[in-house]
Amino acid sequence: MKLNLALAQINTKLGDVEANLAKHLDYIEQAKSEKTDLLVFPELSLTGYVLQDLVASAAHKPVDDDPIFKHLLNASKDIDLVVGFVDEDSRHRFFIASAYLSGGKTIHVHHKVYLPTYGLFDEGRFFAWGDKVRAFDTRFGRIGMLICEDFWHASPPYLLWLDGADIMIFSSASPGRGLNDKEKLESARWVERVTKAYASMFTSFVAHSNRVGYEDGLHFWGGATVFDPNGEEIAHGPYNEEGLTFAQLDLNQLRRTRARLPLLRDERTNLTVSELQRILQK
Amino acid sequence: MTQINLTINTDLAQEILTGFIKSEITRVGLSRAVIGLSGGLDSALSCTLAVEALGRENVLAIRMPYKSSSKDSLDHAQLLIDQLGIQSKTVEITNMVEPLFNLDSEISNMRKGNIMARQRMIILYDQSEVFKGLVVGTSNKTEILLGYSTLYGDSASALNPLGDLYKTQIRQLSRAMNIPSPIIDKAPSADLWADQTDEKELGFTYEEVDKLLYLLVDQRYSPQEAIEAGFEEKFVNGVVNRIRRYQYKRMQPPIAKVSNRTIGYDFLYLRDWGT
Repeated sequence: MKLNLALAQINTKLGDVEANLAKHLDYIEQAKSEKTDLLVFPELSLTGYVLQDLVASAAHKPVDDDPIFKHLLNASKDIDLVVGFVDEDSRHRFFIASAYLSGGKTIHVHHKVYLPTYGLFDEGRFFAWGDKVRAFDTRFGRIGMLICEDFWHASPPYLLWLDGADIMIFSSASPGRGLNDKEKLESARWVERVTKAYASMFTSFVAHSNRVGYEDGLHFWGGATVFDPNGEEIAHGPYNEEGLTFAQLDLNQLRRTRARLPLLRDERTNLTVSELQRILQK
Repeated sequence: MTQINLTINTDLAQEILTGFIKSEITRVGLSRAVIGLSGGLDSALSCTLAVEALGRENVLAIRMPYKSSSKDSLDHAQLLIDQLGIQSKTVEITNMVEPLFNLDSEISNMRKGNIMARQRMIILYDQSEVFKGLVVGTSNKTEILLGYSTLYGDSASALNPLGDLYKTQIRQLSRAMNIPSPIIDKAPSADLWADQTDEKELGFTYEEVDKLLYLLVDQRYSPQEAIEAGFEEKFVNGVVNRIRRYQYKRMQPPIAKVSNRTIGYDFLYLRDWGT
């Protein structure tokens, strides 16, 4: 089975959800014309990143009668979508979220579980912390979604792996930093290194979609990547410019890789659990 | 001495900084930039980046000499104007600032320097309205950290592409962008009075202080760790004090909070709000 994946690395208008929706619909049309099965947008793709006091006014619910999501859900009848947005729950907590839309329905919503609140980041001030890391079933098999800082920690990808995700979809609004004499920024090198490592260690597909553009002095670097279960890069988008990056995922590769390298089979989850319990009881 | 490498990938720097200039100017509905060209390196680099970002027809360079400004400053600015093929204006500030100087026979060089820097700011912002362009700043990370600038003078701008690059990195990027070598090779100076140079006034070289600042700021070394890395204690303490003392030059003035929602504390939006 083959999955035609596309990663949209877009720029956004800060807090202007309608303008960002229009761009999403435009990219959806482009992706559809290339026979894409699944199109992935970056973190907070409907809102922009440094929202601060714009959080409440940028929030939406991934349901049919939401004025933004009704268009996206309609579009998802033809193409599966991952979009980034601010989710507001029934008790008015605001989350950084990714929604997986397919066949006109919201299949899964992930709330970012790690909110960086250090250095240049201030997410914990404005957002509620997600408390679930769950894989979910799609027409392409079981998928897991994480948002930026989520995968800077090793445990969320590990949990998704154990929960059955064979395809991991990471989305980011990663501000570029760490200019030195190397070919790429430190932040880009770090993300590409760990993304590749997860694909290798978990013998899974890992796709990363990162936005581009500027917000005040912050610059987002793009550079979408897809790694196969051998940890080999199968697609790499451009840096610092908008674009669609296409990758065909040969899902049979999961079987071939895991027949050769049975890391999943041999993973001793009970050992992990018993040792974690011991460590936490200290 | 610990090895400290401040070398940057100049292609990447150029790409990020030109993208920044273009983004921050076009998102407010404009397409042009105004830059005060002193004849020195920082403004030459800002100007060159702006031309790369916006096209040469969209950049206006303004030379603003005072009667004692060195001829080199004017000539070097012209060298760059010619090389880039950009529009330029020369507005002499002597007649504007002299009346103010004459009000006080004991006026110090520093006060004169500040007045000149602020007069130039007035001209740039005025021309920004005429040219329909934003004022692109020229302050580098070294001088911002050391507070080596005039508040609301040369530190004033609408956007600053250079503020996260140390002076030695400015030199490196300037070489990569083919800025005329007389501008790169001469001693940095505010040219506010005859024979003034930055390094004479500061008491150390940019080469030395950039390495120290890199450890203290970028690498989060404690002053003690910087001394252990090979810097003289007096030098380290002097620089640490300067960084702290001039924090006020890096900030908007604090607003006294009395309401429930106060600009700067809990009324928080980026400037790029809605764009």
